[in-house]
Amino acid sequence: MADYLIPDELVYTAEDEWVRRDGDTDEVVIGVTDFAQNQLGDIVFVEFPDAGASTESGAAFGTIESVKAVSDLFAPLSGEVLAINEALEDAPELVNEACYGDGWLIKLRVSDIAEIDGLMDAAAYRASVAERDS
Amino acid sequence: MSGGGGAESSAPSGENAESEALRRTALHANHVRLGGRLVPFAGYEMPVQYTSIKEEHLAVRERAGLFDVSHMGQIQLRGDGAVAYLESLLTCNVASLGVGRARYGLMLNDQGGCIDDVMLTRVADDTYFLCVNASNVEKCWTWIQDHSVPKVKLENRSQATSLLALQGPAARGILERLHGGDTPLPKRFRVASCEIAGARVLASGTGYTGSPGFEIYVLNGEAPRLFDALLEEGQVDGLIPTGLGARDTLRLDAALPLYGHELDDTTSPVEAGLERFMKPLESGFFGSEAVAARADDTDPRRLVGLEMVGRGIARAEYEIAYAGNVVGVVTSGAPSPTLGKSVALGYVPRSLSDVGQTLTILIRNKEVEACVVETPFK
Repeated sequence: MADYLIPDELVYTAEDEWVRRDGDTDEVVIGVTDFAQNQLGDIVFVEFPDAGASTESGAAFGTIESVKAVSDLFAPLSGEVLAINEALEDAPELVNEACYGDGWLIKLRVSDIAEIDGLMDAAAYRASVAERDS
Repeated sequence: MSGGGGAESSAPSGENAESEALRRTALHANHVRLGGRLVPFAGYEMPVQYTSIKEEHLAVRERAGLFDVSHMGQIQLRGDGAVAYLESLLTCNVASLGVGRARYGLMLNDQGGCIDDVMLTRVADDTYFLCVNASNVEKCWTWIQDHSVPKVKLENRSQATSLLALQGPAARGILERLHGGDTPLPKRFRVASCEIAGARVLASGTGYTGSPGFEIYVLNGEAPRLFDALLEEGQVDGLIPTGLGARDTLRLDAALPLYGHELDDTTSPVEAGLERFMKPLESGFFGSEAVAARADDTDPRRLVGLEMVGRGIARAEYEIAYAGNVVGVVTSGAPSPTLGKSVALGYVPRSLSDVGQTLTILIRNKEVEACVVETPFK
């Protein structure tokens, strides 16, 4: 298996997104994982809802496109979009270069922060990637 | 994330790669060793990329890239009757093709649609071969056998032959240094039997990238070593292995049609803008009468180049609209790594096909502006 970066302090979805909770607040930052950006290849386009829009856990909230593929982005949690990463409009390659940093996607205020307990920890996500990465 | 439609889906229609075991080319071990990402394509397990499609695309435009395109098929036709038979089989002129030359042409069905687009090569006075698309090998082979005539011996050599494509401005220099020197390397659209790195090959000054380069036919047994020798020799020139992903973006920038996208069994060469590869219709090749009859259509469709004006990427099968009505369909589309914009090919009514025509592409239920531009894209 290739060596993908999976930071211990984040939680993850089966759709290869990561979620970082901001302290004890109900605000989270969401992005795609190193495994996801690697599978997608060169990211060339990201499409988001506007700030203020609501997301529903498990529903598509945006689109990410590589040179060859179009993929839906699924909301890991229900909530309201507080901010989108506007830098990605001109520099979508940030998702490839720094998926856990400058390549983040959106900030959410989640409606029920307890939902976050349903996501995977790093160990579970590592196992999920290992299963799929042949 | 879930792969929506389109992930590495350039495989021409009619493929159902998952349902049966995938074939491997003679270079499979090379791809694995080089870390190529292997995906199903036209029934084969082929490398879509080694590092990044962008990087590989740039390498071909600026330096050189090496592709394994052994999935393509080769059908040999030999004998006194070969010229006349091929003349009836193909849209291009065959009699005027000299020995050691290659020419692009189309094979049409009785409805004037494209069975395949092919490269015809004359290797000897009475010997020709057709290089056909991987997904169409069986269809072409059946059609050719069904219409065969006496005095032409047919041989499907697809499984025994490997095909490497060395493409880019540095390609000739790299090949020169590995060349045994018995015969000169061929010029554009010419072929020569050469010794490259000790392997006997047929080198052809052709390609499918829009950059200069060579396609190299070699027997399977010699292919793995030749592939490595080329990569090693070209390292100083910046040669890298390149996958089918870059091949697709390169050919799209060059507006070269891809069978299964711009061409299929229903597309006529006229609609696809390929008239220049077609003899006068009176010469009576298969499909010529149907093409002539279709010329009477009042507003036939036409393949055009499109450049995105609004923000978004046109992809294959997206609809094209004009004044609120769907008028056509995108056949291929991608962001061009070298041109810095998103380009596409698609079919629209001839009345809307002039350069400068503004149209919209329906991208996830939103209309995004696009403009008809000249091809190849610049």
